[in-house]
Amino acid sequence: MSIHTTTDIKSHVKVYVMVFAALAVLTLVTVGATYLNLSKGEAIFLALSIATVKGSLVTSYFMHLISERAMIRWLLMVTVFFFFVLMFLLTSSLFDQVNVL
Amino acid sequence: MEIPYTIEERPDTGLINSKIGIWLFLASEVMLFGGLFSAYVFLRLGAPDGAFHEWGQVLNVPLATLNTLLLISSSVTMVMSWASLKMNNFKQHKIYMALTLLCATGFLVIKYFEYSAKFHHGLFPATNTFLAIYFTLTGLHVLHIIGGMIVIGYFLGPGSRMWATEPEHFINRIETVGLYWHFVDLVWIFLFPVLYLL
Repeated sequence: MSIHTTTDIKSHVKVYVMVFAALAVLTLVTVGATYLNLSKGEAIFLALSIATVKGSLVTSYFMHLISERAMIRWLLMVTVFFFFVLMFLLTSSLFDQVNVL
Repeated sequence: MEIPYTIEERPDTGLINSKIGIWLFLASEVMLFGGLFSAYVFLRLGAPDGAFHEWGQVLNVPLATLNTLLLISSSVTMVMSWASLKMNNFKQHKIYMALTLLCATGFLVIKYFEYSAKFHHGLFPATNTFLAIYFTLTGLHVLHIIGGMIVIGYFLGPGSRMWATEPEHFINRIETVGLYWHFVDLVWIFLFPVLYLL
C-alpha cells in the first residue's frame, strides 16, 4: 500500500469515519427492511445485497483492498471462485430431488 | 531464524511476506466459513417449508443488532490504531487498541447472554437443524473473536515494546492483526442477516 505522509493518513481517517457511518446506517436499514412486507425471495435478495455492500466497504477501505497490489486481488478472486464452487457443489445434490427446489 | 521481508517489500511480489501470509490464511478462512454457509443453505433447503424462519424466531434481533454495531465500531477503532501509528502517535494507538478490546469484550458479553438465554429455555444445537448450524457458525465466530482478542491484547501489552526498537516492523504487525480483525467483522456482517433476519 502506498500510504506514507501524515497528510495522506489524515485524509484516510476521514474516509474511515464516513465508512463507519455508512456501515452503521446500512445495519439499521437491514433491520428496518424486515418490517417491510417483502416476499421471501425479495427479503433474501435485499438482505444479502446490503451485506455485500457492507462487506465491500470493509474490504475496500478498512482492509485497503482499493489500493492493494494486484497479486492480493488475484488471490482473492481465485478464493471467491472456489467459494461459489463450494456453495454450488453441496446444494447441487438437491437439484434432482422433487419438490425441494 | 529471522523471517525475511517483514519491513521492506519482497522484490518479486512487491509485498511484505507477512501480508501475503495473512491474506493466504484469510483465503483459507473464507473456505472454512464458506463450507458452513453452504451447510446452512443445504439444511435450509432440506427443512420443511418455512421451518427455518420459524425456528429462527427464538433469536434476539435487538441484541444481535447491538453486537453488529459493536463489531463495526471495533473495526474502525482497529484501523484508527494503525493510522495513529502511521501518524507517529503511539499514545492514541494504544487508546484505539484498548477501545477495540472493549468492543470485542462487549460482543462476547452479549453473546454470553444470548447463549445462556437459549440454554435456559432448553434450546440446544440438537433441538433442530437451524439451531445446530446457528451454534456452529456463531460458536466458530466467537472462537475467532477470542483468538483476535488474545493477539490484540498481546500487542497492547508486551508486544508493544517493539515500537521503541523497530517501529516500521511494529506498524506492519498491527496492520496484519487489523486485516484478521476486519475479516472477523466481515464474517459477522453476513452471519447477522442470514441467521437473525431471514
